Amino acid sequence: MIENLKFRESFNYAYIDEFTKKEIRRKTLKAVCIPGYQVPYASPEMPISRGWGTGGLHLTLSLVGPNDVVKVIDQGSDASVNACNLRLFIKEMARCAVTFDTGLATIIQSRHRVPEEILTEKQILVLQVPQPEILRSVERHEAKTRAMHAEADYAKIWVTLYEAYVRNGTLRNAAGHPILVNGRYVATPSPIPSWDVPNLSMARCLYLFGAGREKRIHCIPPFTPVKPLEFEDIRFKVEEFIGVRCSASGEDKAFMDEIYANDLSRSWVINDSNFLDKVRQGPRPPQRLFTNPE
Amino acid sequence: MEENWLLRVRNLTKIFGAVTPGVCERTGPKVNSNICPRTGAVVACSNISFDLYPGEVLGVVGESGSGKSTLVQMLYFDQPATSGEAFFRPVEDGAANILDLSNQRKRYVRNHLMGMVYQNPRDGLNFRFSSGGNIAEKLLMAGVFNVGKIRIRATDLLSHTEVPVKRMDESPARFSGGMQQRVQIAKAIANNPPLLLLDEVTSGLDVSVQAKVLDLIRGLQQEMGISMIVVSHDLGVIRMLTDRTMVLKHGQIVEQGLTDQILQDPQHGYTQLLVSSLL
Repeated sequence: MIENLKFRESFNYAYIDEFTKKEIRRKTLKAVCIPGYQVPYASPEMPISRGWGTGGLHLTLSLVGPNDVVKVIDQGSDASVNACNLRLFIKEMARCAVTFDTGLATIIQSRHRVPEEILTEKQILVLQVPQPEILRSVERHEAKTRAMHAEADYAKIWVTLYEAYVRNGTLRNAAGHPILVNGRYVATPSPIPSWDVPNLSMARCLYLFGAGREKRIHCIPPFTPVKPLEFEDIRFKVEEFIGVRCSASGEDKAFMDEIYANDLSRSWVINDSNFLDKVRQGPRPPQRLFTNPE
Repeated sequence: MEENWLLRVRNLTKIFGAVTPGVCERTGPKVNSNICPRTGAVVACSNISFDLYPGEVLGVVGESGSGKSTLVQMLYFDQPATSGEAFFRPVEDGAANILDLSNQRKRYVRNHLMGMVYQNPRDGLNFRFSSGGNIAEKLLMAGVFNVGKIRIRATDLLSHTEVPVKRMDESPARFSGGMQQRVQIAKAIANNPPLLLLDEVTSGLDVSVQAKVLDLIRGLQQEMGISMIVVSHDLGVIRMLTDRTMVLKHGQIVEQGLTDQILQDPQHGYTQLLVSSLL
C-alpha cells in the first residue's frame, strides 16, 4: 500500500499548508525588494483571530524550520499570556526549539518592542502590526493612500507631526513614529516606542512586519537607512528616563516601565524581560543607544 | 501683448456620460439645454477657449449648472477634462498641455503655481487640522520642513487675511463662515502662486462679510499682482473684482469682453437678462 505522507498527520508542518507558505514567502521577498512598501498577501485563517498576532504568526510559520530557535515576546515580556501561547503553538507545530534568550534565537516574533540587545545578521525580527497604513489616520480611502504612496505625497502625515508639536511641544505622538524607509516610502514601524525607532536603521538583522487583519507585509532589510520623520528645527527624540533607575537592576539605560504600587508610589523596571535578566546576571549584552539631539 | 498670456485654454470640454460625435452641437444655449437629446449625456463645458494675462482678473459668470465651477475644477485638476488643452506659462514656458502632465507634476503645479478657494470651506480646508496646520500643509507640500519658518509664514498670512493670529491653532470648524473663507484664502496664497482660482467665494456669507472678503481679495490682487479667475453668479462680485468677463450658459461662452462693457451694454439676450435681474 502506498503510504500517503500528506495525511499521516492531522496538520501540515508549521500548521500552514505548503502552497500558502510559499505565497507568504513570495510576498515577503517582494517586501524585502521594496523596503517600506506594503505588499498585500492572502492572510490565511489561523486558530487565533485576525488582529491577535496572525500577521506575525504567518511570517514566523512560513520561515521556521526544525533547526530554528524561536523566541516570542509581547511588549518586551516573554511571559505574557499572548507570548506563551504563540510560543507553545509555534513549538508544537514546527517541532523547533524555543528560547527566552534574545542572543540565541534565530526568529524573534515581537509585539510593540524591538529587543534592547543588538540583533545580528543570523536573526530575523518579526513584528506584529495592527495598522500597516501610516496614512490611514489622515486618509480613509485605500485607493487614495496607495496613490499617495506611489507619488510620495506625504504632506498630510507631516501636518500631523506639526499638529503634535503645536499641541504638545514635541513631535512624539504615542507609539509608532512614522519612518522614512530607504529615502522612499513612509511606513509605520508598528507601535514600538520611539526608543526603539533608531534601532531599525542600518541594522544587521532583517525586520519583517506582518499585519494579518489588514493583509499586508512590509519589511526593512538589513543595512537599510531608516529615518524618523522630523523637522529641520524640531528634531525627533526618544523617551527620556531622567533621574530614574530600574528598581530590579539599578540600570538606567534601557526602555523602562513605570509601575504604580498600591500606595501610589512609583517605581521603574526595564521593560525587556530577557535584557533585564541578562543585566542582572551580567555581563551586560551589547546594546545600541541613541542620544537625543540637544 | 497677444503672446504674453499666462494661461491659455483651448477647446476645454467636459462631458458627463457618453461622448458621441456632435454631442456639443446638440446642446448649448441655442437648444436651451446641456443634456444631449440622444444619449442623455450632460455637457458641462463645451469647447471653452480663452487667454488669461499676467495680473489680470477674469470673471466667469452664469447661472447654476452653466459649467463655471467645472471649468475651474478642471484647471485645478480636481476633475479630468474630457478633451481640450490648457497651457500655463510657468510650466515649460507654456509649451506643455498641463492637463496631460503626470500626477506628480500636476501636484507640483497645484501646490506651487496655483491656489484655489472653494465655495465651501470644507472642500479647501481639512477641519481635522488647525488653521495653522492647513496652511502648513500647503507649505509642507512645497518642501518647507522647518516649523519655525512655517509658523512665521502662517502668522503673516493669517494677519494679512485678518484672521486673529491667536486662534491659529484652533480648528477652522470653530470659526465663522467668513473667517473660514479667509483661512482658505490664506492657504491658497501660501506659496505666492501666480494664478488663483476663486469659486463662488462669497456665496453664503452675509453682505458685510462679503464686502470684507472682496476687499481682501482685491487688496491681495493689487499688492501681489496675482492673476485670478473669479467664478460667481453674483454680478456685484464680478463688477467689483474683474477686468474682463465671460458669460457662460449651458456650458458655452455666450459673450465675453471688458466687464464694464458687458455690464453696461450686454449684447446677448441671456446677459441682458442677468444684468436686468441684478437691479
